[in-house]
Amino acid sequence: MTSTSESIRLNLTPPVRYVLRIADSCLIHAQRLAEWCGHGPVLEEDIALTNMALDLIGQARSLLTHAARLEGQGFDEDQLAFLRDERNYLNLTLVEQPMRRSSAHAPGGDFADTVLRNFLLASWLKSIWSRLISSSDTELAAIAGKAVKEARYHQQHAADWVVRLGDGTEESARRMQAALTRIWPYTNELFVRDGVDAEAEKSGLGPARDGLREDWLGQVQPVLAQACLTLPAATPFVSTGTLGRHSEHLGFMLAEMQSLQRQHPGGRW
Amino acid sequence: MSTVQNEWPLFEVFVRAKAGLDHKHCGSLHAPDAKMAVQLAREVYTRRQEGTSVWVVRSSDITASDPGDKDMLFDPAEDKVYRHPSFYELPDAVNHM
Repeated sequence: MTSTSESIRLNLTPPVRYVLRIADSCLIHAQRLAEWCGHGPVLEEDIALTNMALDLIGQARSLLTHAARLEGQGFDEDQLAFLRDERNYLNLTLVEQPMRRSSAHAPGGDFADTVLRNFLLASWLKSIWSRLISSSDTELAAIAGKAVKEARYHQQHAADWVVRLGDGTEESARRMQAALTRIWPYTNELFVRDGVDAEAEKSGLGPARDGLREDWLGQVQPVLAQACLTLPAATPFVSTGTLGRHSEHLGFMLAEMQSLQRQHPGGRW
Repeated sequence: MSTVQNEWPLFEVFVRAKAGLDHKHCGSLHAPDAKMAVQLAREVYTRRQEGTSVWVVRSSDITASDPGDKDMLFDPAEDKVYRHPSFYELPDAVNHM
């Protein structure tokens, strides 16, 4: 029998949770984008998607290293990325949804889902990064200073695709609208507020999510309008990934992500 | 006959390595239009810090000399050594021209 390394247990204080929510959202979003590697619709866009995935992994690495420091038990970025149980991942539920491949119980898996999700998330991350630049935590502020440039580019690149396909052919418009209808309910979680947000806001660590909505809508709505897409009606559904309660998709992804590190802890090549 | 275009047009990419240098041709790529071509050129040709500025131009907008005319166009310059300014005595002050 192959020995596998055990999961680590984190002391999840509010600041650690706050940083992990952003770190894990970047990490899992990157993993989904990376599924396009070698499968992009054209070579140039294949490279673009992979480059963006790598930017996000870079951001996740910095944040996980910082979260480990705040957590205080001496873990490193790899242990945090690969040795936690599903319940200890605090990413938005949106980022774990299938992006390239669909299945019977999970429609989507369309390039339309990819560009829309990338656009909505890049806009959200840009809002967060531009506020974290003035975080009371200087390390977090430094990470944000670098990341905000990357988010700006991701947003512009994705927005170009959103407009192109939304205001494109009849088929591309139909698929973009369908993707927006699928994605939209998950965006509620981008703007909920809980104790972790409240404490971060109070200590100056970073913005509470509910304060980001107006700025985000201001960035997102003009592009969606230009793309001739109709905003779906608001729903009361709020996903719970940032609380550690995930959809059925994350477990499969973690199994794939973690298998190597679990079997060869600390493995290098 | 279908009017749908299945191939994106080809663009030639020029990258400037740093301020003060000229843009150098570094390759080509397919893109739906010029704006997207700039973005994709950034992805394909500047991901290892190769550039600070990118130009793109539709390949079809470039008029090139015919390789078949090479003899006529370029060979006659071969024996015109007097076109090089190498017969002048330069003063020491400008010796490093």
